[in-house]
Amino acid sequence: MSPLAKLLAAEFAIVNVSRRRFLQHVSAGALVLAVGLPSSAFAQEKKYGADAMPHGTVDDPRVFVAIGDDGTVTITCHRAEMGQGVRTGIPMVVADELEADWTRVRVVQAWGDETRFGNQDTDGSRSLRHFFEPMRRCGAAARMMLETAAAAKWNVSPATVRATNHTVVHTPTGRKLGFGELARAAAELPVPDRHALRLKDPKQFRYIGKPLGPVDGFDMTTGRARYGIDATLPGMRFAVIARPPVYGGKVASFDATEAMKIAGVERVLEIPGTPPPSGFDPVGGVAVIARNTWLAIQGRNALKIDWDDGPNVSYSSDAYKAQMQASARQPGKVVRSEGDVASALARAAKRIDAEYYIPHIAHATMEPPAALVRITDGKCEAWACVQGPQLTRERLAKHLDIPLDSVTVHQTLLGGGFGRKSKPDFVVEAALLSKALNGTPIKVVWTREDDIQHDYYNTVAIERLEAGLDDNGRTIAWLHRSVSPSIQSTFAPDVKHETYGEVGQGLADLPFAIPNLQIENPEAIAHTRIGWFRSVFNIPQAFAIQSFAAELAAAAGRDPKDYLLELIGPPRRIDPRQVKASNYNESPVLYPIDTGRWRRVVEIVAERSGWGRKLPARHGLGIAAHRSFVTYAAAVIEVAVGDKGQVSVPRVDIAVDCGPQVNPDRIRSQMEGAVIMGLSVAMRGGITFKNGRVEQSNFNQYTVLRMNEAPRDIRVYIVPASYDIPLGGVGEPGLPPIAPALCNAIFAATGKRIRSLPITDDAVL
Amino acid sequence: MASFQVNGTAQRFDGDANTPLLWYLRDELGLLGTKFGCGMALCGACTIHLDGAAVRSCITPVSAAEGKHITTIEGLNPEGNHPVQQAWRAHNVPQCGYCQSGQIMQAAALLDQKPNPTDDDIDSAMSGNICRCGTYPRIRAAIKDAAHAGGHK
Repeated sequence: MSPLAKLLAAEFAIVNVSRRRFLQHVSAGALVLAVGLPSSAFAQEKKYGADAMPHGTVDDPRVFVAIGDDGTVTITCHRAEMGQGVRTGIPMVVADELEADWTRVRVVQAWGDETRFGNQDTDGSRSLRHFFEPMRRCGAAARMMLETAAAAKWNVSPATVRATNHTVVHTPTGRKLGFGELARAAAELPVPDRHALRLKDPKQFRYIGKPLGPVDGFDMTTGRARYGIDATLPGMRFAVIARPPVYGGKVASFDATEAMKIAGVERVLEIPGTPPPSGFDPVGGVAVIARNTWLAIQGRNALKIDWDDGPNVSYSSDAYKAQMQASARQPGKVVRSEGDVASALARAAKRIDAEYYIPHIAHATMEPPAALVRITDGKCEAWACVQGPQLTRERLAKHLDIPLDSVTVHQTLLGGGFGRKSKPDFVVEAALLSKALNGTPIKVVWTREDDIQHDYYNTVAIERLEAGLDDNGRTIAWLHRSVSPSIQSTFAPDVKHETYGEVGQGLADLPFAIPNLQIENPEAIAHTRIGWFRSVFNIPQAFAIQSFAAELAAAAGRDPKDYLLELIGPPRRIDPRQVKASNYNESPVLYPIDTGRWRRVVEIVAERSGWGRKLPARHGLGIAAHRSFVTYAAAVIEVAVGDKGQVSVPRVDIAVDCGPQVNPDRIRSQMEGAVIMGLSVAMRGGITFKNGRVEQSNFNQYTVLRMNEAPRDIRVYIVPASYDIPLGGVGEPGLPPIAPALCNAIFAATGKRIRSLPITDDAVL
Repeated sequence: MASFQVNGTAQRFDGDANTPLLWYLRDELGLLGTKFGCGMALCGACTIHLDGAAVRSCITPVSAAEGKHITTIEGLNPEGNHPVQQAWRAHNVPQCGYCQSGQIMQAAALLDQKPNPTDDDIDSAMSGNICRCGTYPRIRAAIKDAAHAGGHK
């Protein structure tokens, strides 16, 4: 039996058994479907999805829903809003099941408290994936409480009343009571048991699946929206910090004389740093406290600081790249192995190899990190643009040495997150300063230079691929060596390899139907803070894999789309456990690696983009597809290359299968944004180091895509899905296919193969 | 010392006249709709109108506003219903929203000068304003809609 056939057999065995159990479980009727699938139903030892996250989920309507006497429904959103639209999406789900009138819904933001709200770590494209069902239950429970209250008032059977659009109706008589009139009585009732809930038939959804505008749209277009940098308290002071230019460096000595001469500069003080691995903690430095932000910046400019750089002063990107290349040319730790790659390569009719390079990437959220903290009577209050308010609380409690209950984190809007604001180092800085200044409210603001030079960068990578083709041009051998420092290095010493989760972002979960396949991960040691950046390790891994797939197509003389489909192979469901894929920690039963869905996004985007359409000279089409965050995405990019090698992108088509949709307009906007950010990664900024220091400092050196460079035509196709499959991620999966699709398009236009990002005009010429 | 109008109200600043308008507006007046993005006129998040022209408040000192009219996003339209703001909402332009004050102020100034901008006009007027979320296609569409609605009024 071939490795592929074994895989298929194993996979179907598992899926079939589980499907049967699944069907038994839901046999009570269609409505039960959305009650959720307790993992115990599958007798799984390991916890997956939301259940595996700290504090799991909460679905108690008393936590999330409040109804006023005037009928105003207030829904609490416990996930961070950073542009993905979660403050619209989560309330839509609750309001739909509640039968609330959307125009009478108000959304408030939760503070950090996971015991109360469930997990609040807003990353990993998880919010609706993990909270769709709990939020449905929450809305349904509140609706049933209103119905029960109405039935009691009328002294009729609850079976004869029905909530509809903010009103409860007694069906036989047509009597009506508004939600506001019932709210007090309903609040006295017990919350219905989870298994007694009546959820709506998806056909009855009012809001779920319909495009709704963001709830913050008015505030965001009128200057009323409040972000971390906008937090204000009476008597607050402003702080700007000079941080060690080299990761792990520290202050040797400093002279604040000139800074203190500036009127309005009040204090200069050193704050302690945590040596590498610094984790979520500050790196230390010298803080200037002033009466406004500008004075604090002026004060910092006037500081004289001698730094003790420490060992990472040796970190230079050119040398590091050479070192990674050398590692990639030697065998490394085996991540996955099927068949016999060495002998298949030896007997191949044609051998191809290629090395791909992608530099560090900075998040450059438009709102730089900023937070306000005050400490009063041993209690700490923070206002912060963080993706993880509970985590922030925990770090503050530890650094201030006070109980968790004494720390409150108020969640502001985030002016962009992209993974940067998962790390609360900047909030801890404000807390350390407030503590040093007797609790004075301190707002720490990072300048753009701070942000670009002290980020938690996306990893840097060399991805080396070798393949062998047979006489018919079929790929019979595939060897991939991924050399890339791990995020784990930011949190633990002596980390040399990518983690299980990181190799699961394209390597271990590679679905290609190739009989001899080996994936290796040679060592790489980090010399800066590595962190999550929107779609994370999927960026280098998809760039390499999807570029190489097109290189193999060219070597075989085949159409890249057809060849990609051949590599993906026939529709099948691969059990992630069979290939040791971490699968974003989602259940292998609910979220198999489904090559049928993978193929479908390729086929849809090819068809809708007019794959093969006639183009002007020096235009080309490129295609790439990738599964990440249990969602499938494929892009076709049209490129135009000028005679001096200038690359422009007139049109991008992107298809996404993220399972059932909550707010198609926000899915669409996330895809548009992912396309543009993906093009930034491919065409613009990269972060490089010299002598341990970041060489870029502001948007003149770390460039990102601007209006004149953005495609004027982006077309998004969202694959329809029924509500009987679970939701996939949305925020991140659009990004990984973009860079390879662009480079494949450049190849089609010019015959030039780009293997190193960012793309330069010279490389294309 | 410098005297000027901010959103129609007379103001006076006795501090350092080199202070950029951005930080005066935000930290001294508490007008927080104008955003900090780069401090070097590279991103446009801080765009305001000075006597009707779009300027980057992060590099414009308070002294440059002497005797002039400053308009911030808060003062663009008292009800928040400038045609550009309406078009922004009709297209659901904002994602995180942080850069949008600057984008809207820049777009409003563009339409004042060119009531019917071409795509190239939009590129040249708007390319100084970075949106990291990637709302550019919707910004372009919203500007065109606002133009049709008479967005320069």
